[in-house]
Amino acid sequence: MSEEKVITVKGLTKRFGDFTAVDGITFDVGRGEIFGFLGANGAGKTTAMRMLCGLSRPTAGSGTVAGYDILTQPEEVKRSIGYMSQRFSLYEDLTVLENLRLFSTIYGMSKREIKERGDIVFRQLGMENMRDTLVSDIPTGWKQKLAFTVSTIHNPGVVFLDEPTGGVDPLTRRKFWELIYRESSRGMTVFVTTHYLDEAEYCNRVSIMVDGRVEALDTPRNLKEKYHAATMDQVFRTVAGAAKRGD
Amino acid sequence: MSAVVQVTGLSKSYGDVHALRDVSLSVEQGELFGLIGPDGAGKTSLYKILTTLMQPDSGKATVLGLNTVRDYRAIRSRIGYMPERFSLYQDMTVRENLEFFAALFGVTVRQNYDLIAPIFAQLERFPNRRAGALSGGMKQKLALSCALIHKPEILFLDEPTTGVDAVSRSEFWEMLNGLRRQGITMMVSTSYMDEAQLCDRIALIGNGRILRTDTPERLVAGLDEQLWNACADNMYGLLEAIRKLPHVAECYTFGATLHVVAEDGFDPEAAKRQLEAGGLKNVEIYPAQGDIEDLFIKLARNE
Amino acid sequence: MAILGSMVRKESLQIWRDKRTLLIVLVMPLVLMLLFGFAISMEVNNVRVAAVVPQHSDQTRNALMRLQVNPYFTFEGLMPVGDIDKVLRSGRADAVVLLDDRGGTLRQQIIADGSNTATAKSVTAYVEGALAESGRNMPVTLRTLYNPQLKSSYNFVPGILGMIFILICAIMTSVSIVGEKERGTMDLLLVSPVRPLTVIIGKLVPYFLLSCILLALMLTLSYTVLGIPFGNIFNIILVSLVYIVLALAVGLLISTMVRTQLAALIASAMIFMIPVIMLSGMIFPIDNMPDILQWLSCVVPARWYISAMRCLMIQQQALSGVWLEMTVLVGMTLVILVLAVRKFYLSTK
Repeated sequence: MSEEKVITVKGLTKRFGDFTAVDGITFDVGRGEIFGFLGANGAGKTTAMRMLCGLSRPTAGSGTVAGYDILTQPEEVKRSIGYMSQRFSLYEDLTVLENLRLFSTIYGMSKREIKERGDIVFRQLGMENMRDTLVSDIPTGWKQKLAFTVSTIHNPGVVFLDEPTGGVDPLTRRKFWELIYRESSRGMTVFVTTHYLDEAEYCNRVSIMVDGRVEALDTPRNLKEKYHAATMDQVFRTVAGAAKRGD
Repeated sequence: MSAVVQVTGLSKSYGDVHALRDVSLSVEQGELFGLIGPDGAGKTSLYKILTTLMQPDSGKATVLGLNTVRDYRAIRSRIGYMPERFSLYQDMTVRENLEFFAALFGVTVRQNYDLIAPIFAQLERFPNRRAGALSGGMKQKLALSCALIHKPEILFLDEPTTGVDAVSRSEFWEMLNGLRRQGITMMVSTSYMDEAQLCDRIALIGNGRILRTDTPERLVAGLDEQLWNACADNMYGLLEAIRKLPHVAECYTFGATLHVVAEDGFDPEAAKRQLEAGGLKNVEIYPAQGDIEDLFIKLARNE
Repeated sequence: MAILGSMVRKESLQIWRDKRTLLIVLVMPLVLMLLFGFAISMEVNNVRVAAVVPQHSDQTRNALMRLQVNPYFTFEGLMPVGDIDKVLRSGRADAVVLLDDRGGTLRQQIIADGSNTATAKSVTAYVEGALAESGRNMPVTLRTLYNPQLKSSYNFVPGILGMIFILICAIMTSVSIVGEKERGTMDLLLVSPVRPLTVIIGKLVPYFLLSCILLALMLTLSYTVLGIPFGNIFNIILVSLVYIVLALAVGLLISTMVRTQLAALIASAMIFMIPVIMLSGMIFPIDNMPDILQWLSCVVPARWYISAMRCLMIQQQALSGVWLEMTVLVGMTLVILVLAVRKFYLSTK
């Protein structure tokens, strides 16, 4: 991890009417870092993430992602990030290759680039023989890897993963995290949300949002020390359990 | 003790997809039974058969001693069902939802209020709020209240904690424990392995097959593997290095550490020396206690 | 009974809460009726006529006079033969009448702008009618029965009724049932001791009532504002109620065949709305269609309903005058209802 900051956020706030969904959050994420973004349901995670991806305009505060200002350059932000969510990742009724081509084209890659990058990607994933298979017909583990690859096909400096492993079996979940490790070791910044707290342990740093604010932010080891907990699960319960909003 | 749910040799396919293959299990009176497996393992198909919404291709299932195909009408008034994604009428209020489900079963809300009181208590503050405007945790409580309002003898819960944060999840399991104390038999499915420990007995399901059925303790005790914890400063580097070591069957991440499945002849001290010689810093290797997740990974690996 | 009551109450609440849809459903038919009744009229008022008369005579003067005094025409004046094309092209006149008296025999020719066939047809008919009275040469008398002014609203009201009920009953019912499947609440209903038939009736009754309100609204509007004559109002209501039940059954049938709300919407629109508009005789007269389409139109329920409504409303016939339509509608209702309920039962088991 270098000192270079890929995401910087200062006092980022989003209000809907008189409801403050995100309440002045401030943090930095360094290049190549795996940053866990945790919080209870309704704590404001999704809203914050949408602002960082340039999908929603902050009410107050400022932030940069991949060197672009999220307030004034949302289009540039969108072009230089990858995004993968559990809900929307791939078109099930297109083949593996068709999905790859589609997303490459969306990100403005040339025909030659797509061909070259595609060949590399298929070899890396070991999916050469699945090129022409419909996505709906490939096993979950492959789908997930493919979704991740597709969302990073344009080599973005930072990728946002919104609950990428929900409902997936333990083995597949682990293989997916190894993919994340690999990309991070190559310098890609990973910003990830999850409900599995063992996955929080895999992150370089973890932030926990409560009622729109970042209540805790540190390495898993330091957090566990601070809250005298053995696991991140206990840390999360202590921090998020104090929430007043939502339920 | 008598079996409330008895499933023998159940199979179900959708075209080429085998959702259930020769599934057998039984749930005893008063038990909190967990059906643990990832998405697409066949959990929902099994639930649909047990709640009489679907017929199996072959095999037989009884609920409360009644055949799910032949006696479906009799079963329906005696069971409670909470499907995946809390199925409520989003455009109706909290009270309207509850009263509607009570009316379906020909009971009044007051009749069985005692049963749902501890769950419904927090919702009582806003009886006129639309269900769609409730938070995830509150929706979950309302859905559970609606499924319980006719005092069912057995409650089927299909992935009640999917997409719910850890705090709400443990609250929900508290509620289930409360219901167990009142003697309600429950069958809960989940893809969270850590919830297995909270059940009396569990069945591990994968690819439509029941892999194991037993108490969580006995299942973990039966895990006959040499397990070691390993950690170092660079975890990803450690993972790749350990996989290249001799006498290592498997190595995978496990929370803050790595779990190493060792074969005979594995020497932790030698391994540590070799890893540190390879440039890794602060390597630690010490014995690990396996859990359900380790078992599941082992079963999935052997598949 | 109590269960059915709460099913109906629940469904009504949901319809009531979805204010936007409710507003569209109640207001759109009325707007459609007014639109077709007044603005989009196929009647031709104010026909602009020019004349070419190479040589004047008593007969031509007589004919010109008739054109000039006729209240439906605006006489645009005389012009030379060579200008006919220019005048029609520029749209200064809808038709040009050529009056040529050759030694006592008046030869009349109507040259009309055919770019809009419907207008051209009416215009020529009008001019023909006006001229016919002008001489012994064309002893044609035209008399239109039942709708002497050929008011198009008479034609459209049955058509709109036929369309609206398919829209409300079929689309709304199927979308609402399939919506419950999508959200998973249908499973909850079926797992409860409620009989599937109760679920069906509980779903249909509120939409039936809504349709009745709409029927009342539309009939009132057509009577008071559009001034459409009714024969026996009870017969009209009776036939309409049968048609409403038929449309509800269609909605139920669709809901058993599709899985998503979007599919329900598309199926209702493609399979039912478009044929209703194209083949029901609402816009294109069935008698003018090629045989194959005429045969096809027989399976479109709206065709029979619209035809019956025309007989009952405009011709003011007794119920016996529409026995064929009535029999077909009742027959279709029974067949579709049985089919839909059976399919619904099968899908629940």
